[in-house]
Amino acid sequence: MLNTFMQSRLRGLVILALILIILPAFLGNPFHYELVTQMAIIAATVVGLNLLVGFAGQISLGHAGFFGLGAYFTGIATGTYGWSSVPALVVGAVVVGFIAWIVGRPILRLKGHYLSMATLAVGFIIAIILNNERALTGGPDGMPVPAFEVFGWELSAFGSYSLLGIEIEGFQAWYIFASVVLLVAVWFALNLIESPIGRALRSVHGSEVAASVVGVNTAKYKSLVFVISAIYASLMGSLYAHFQGFITPAVASFEFSILFITMVVLGGMGSTFGVILGAVVLKLLPQVLADFQELEHVMFGLILMLTMIFMPKGLLPTLTAFVSKKMRKKAGGEA
Amino acid sequence: MTALVEVKGLDKAFGGVHAVEGVSFSVEAGQVYSVIGPNGAGKTTLFNLITGLYTPTKGEILLNGESTLKLEPNELAERGMCRTFQQMQICMNMTAIENVMLGRHLQLKSSLFTTLFRLPSLRRNEAAARKRAAELMEYVGCGDYLDTEASAMSYGALKRLEIARALAAEPKVILLDEPAAGLNAVETAALEDLIRKIADQGTTVMLVEHDMKLVMGISDRLLVLNYGRVLAEGTPEEIRQNPDVIAAYLGG
Repeated sequence: MLNTFMQSRLRGLVILALILIILPAFLGNPFHYELVTQMAIIAATVVGLNLLVGFAGQISLGHAGFFGLGAYFTGIATGTYGWSSVPALVVGAVVVGFIAWIVGRPILRLKGHYLSMATLAVGFIIAIILNNERALTGGPDGMPVPAFEVFGWELSAFGSYSLLGIEIEGFQAWYIFASVVLLVAVWFALNLIESPIGRALRSVHGSEVAASVVGVNTAKYKSLVFVISAIYASLMGSLYAHFQGFITPAVASFEFSILFITMVVLGGMGSTFGVILGAVVLKLLPQVLADFQELEHVMFGLILMLTMIFMPKGLLPTLTAFVSKKMRKKAGGEA
Repeated sequence: MTALVEVKGLDKAFGGVHAVEGVSFSVEAGQVYSVIGPNGAGKTTLFNLITGLYTPTKGEILLNGESTLKLEPNELAERGMCRTFQQMQICMNMTAIENVMLGRHLQLKSSLFTTLFRLPSLRRNEAAARKRAAELMEYVGCGDYLDTEASAMSYGALKRLEIARALAAEPKVILLDEPAAGLNAVETAALEDLIRKIADQGTTVMLVEHDMKLVMGISDRLLVLNYGRVLAEGTPEEIRQNPDVIAAYLGG
């Protein structure tokens, strides 16, 4: 029975859920919760980005642009215009998805370095707009974002709630909320990958010519996955804005885009759980390296370099390959 | 009988080089139609033109009477044309059976909603597609590789896998570009049986091939190209006795 479970397609999802349930036992203070909640939101973003990069073999160096658009749509709609959070989140995602579709049509004809440049430019344009439209966005000073609210019920990191009779703090409630969001994001991604649509996406990566001669409209599928990953980013940007309570154009910055892509590559392109690990590691490393003070950034760069040299397939795929090799050896030794 | 594939005055120039020049022929449904000729004669270019990967400089191609000039390869696939490649095009990031299931793409339309929630209809269709793909892999002789990563398979097995993928699309006409290249004698004999089986089931086969024994044995008609032009066209018997062909091949 354990065997059938280990082979089932939802194995990873169940393990992730267990980790998220057990994790609070190791979280001591609100700062820990804040960090882990950010991790979950960003992990869900890179799970979406991985659909584009890891599975369909395209690239986006401007994904923080879509994340930032989602964050600011929520900030402006709920803060300035008093919308409720959920409609703001949904309408924001639709708008960002539409923008991604319009932008994606022409630039997804490009390949490799050229596509990188084009997506980089998209990210820059969005960041510049957010910086300059002071009247709407508050410019470089940023803007406050109200707490997440559904039907008058507010989810604030500073509130206190009762869940099934247990008293919990606002930051704990956010952790639970972000965990559920991450699990749903992963479940959708897994379902998408293991479907005719997912196969078509992967075939665009594997061989565009092969895909087209069996009837895959490669241009359409590239657009589709670009839009889906932008919607992931927009939704998570909206949640991030609510969680942080304050946003600046840094959420759409080039550095943030690069961070997303690095999480995908470091964790393991094309591995949904790998990129989550990538997000965790890249959020944790600065905390761990804080002891090195001024050498922090040097250490950070060095670790990334060494990982890429010795684990080019990314953390999780390399580790799983290592473990299964060990296990096979052990099984071989016993037989 | 009407022609399934009809090519009229086809011309393709790369800069000043005419890779294909003034080629006309027609293929009737159910035939095994082979294109032969020395290296660089324009055979693969011809296939690339027919399957929409290249746009002709001049001329016309009709599939079932419809002009294909404005159609993308995927739209040709929708109209029943599928192919394999001399330089194999296999998705190395997938398993063998996933490659074949990709061939069923056109039969497996599912909405994004159905996909995201993995509704029962999707699971049923996927299971059926997998079963069909497994049968096809058995049929072409790589039934032992179902869940093997494509990147771990041998050259000969991948060649057959590519045919299985093309067949999965249930094409009316299948174009095979040098399927026997790089295969040993045993594998070539198996390939010959396979092509016969495909043709016997009513699928039209177009073949580019260097192996003369194979071509002469299974073709209904042959087209001989030389320097992009048609040198001869006819049944294997006619081709064998054609003095121009003999001259081109033996340098007489």
